[in-house]
Amino acid sequence: MKMSQNTSDKDEQSSSNKKNISLPISRVRLIMKSSPDVSSINQDALFLTTKATELFVQHLALSSFNKGSGKETNSLSYSDLAHTAEETETFHFLTDILPKKILASDYLKSLEQMQDEDADY
Amino acid sequence: MAERPEDLNLPNAVITRIIKEALPDGVNVSKEARRAISQAASVFVLYATSCANNFAMKAKRKTLNAGDVLAAMEEMEFEQFLEPLREALEVYKKGQKGKREVSEQKRKDKEKKNDSENDKSREEDEEEEEERMEEEPEAENEVEEEEEEVEN
Repeated sequence: MKMSQNTSDKDEQSSSNKKNISLPISRVRLIMKSSPDVSSINQDALFLTTKATELFVQHLALSSFNKGSGKETNSLSYSDLAHTAEETETFHFLTDILPKKILASDYLKSLEQMQDEDADY
Repeated sequence: MAERPEDLNLPNAVITRIIKEALPDGVNVSKEARRAISQAASVFVLYATSCANNFAMKAKRKTLNAGDVLAAMEEMEFEQFLEPLREALEVYKKGQKGKREVSEQKRKDKEKKNDSENDKSREEDEEEEEERMEEEPEAENEVEEEEEEVEN
C-alpha cells in the first residue's frame, strides 16, 4: 500500500489505515478471549488475526464459487461451501459447521427408489 | 468473556461486503451461504487463536504476539496469507506510529496555546496510554477519538 506517503500526509494515511481492515477488532478479540486458555493478546496479534479472518472469508468464498455449481447461474450457495469444506484439505476444520445437507425430498426420492427396487424383485 | 452467544458472531453486513468484494460482480450469494461463511469465520478465529496459543505456551509466554499468529497460519496451511499479513502489519504499525505522532503534535500545539506548565504531566499521560495499548487497544482508540472530536 501507499507507505511512501506516511511522512507527507498523515491524515490521509490514517484514513487509509482505517480501510486496512473492515471487521471490528473488538469483536474478534471477544471471540479470541472466549477461548479459555488465552490470557492476553497483544495489539499486533489482534490486528493480524482480524486481517487473516478477512483473507479467510475471501478465500473461502472465492474457492467455493470457482469450484461450485453456481458459475453459470452466477450464484454461491450453501452446498458449494459444504462441498469446499469436504473436498479441500485446508477447509476440513469447517466440516462440523458446514455439514453436507440432504434435502428431505431427495431423501424421500431415494427411499421411494429403494422401495421400487425392492418391489421389482 | 462473551455475555451472549451472538456476541461471538461477526457482523453480517461486514462479512457480506467482504464476500462481495472477493467475488466477481453480480454474483448472488444466498442468505444461507452468507450465514455459513460468517460462522466459518468465527470458527477460523477460534482455530487460529488455539494454534497461536499453542505456540505462545511452548515459548512460555502468556501474551499472544504477531509471530504466534503467523506461525498459526503456517500450521493451518494458509501460507498464502503470510505475505499479505506481513504487509498489512507493516502498514498498520506505521499507521499507529503516525497516529501517535499526530496526537502528540496536537497535544503540543494545544499546550503551547494554553499552558506550557502542563507539559510534563501530559507526557506522563502519554506513556501510560502506550502501555495500556498492549492490553486494551479499545481504550486507546477511544481516547484518541475523543481527542479528535475535541480538536475538530
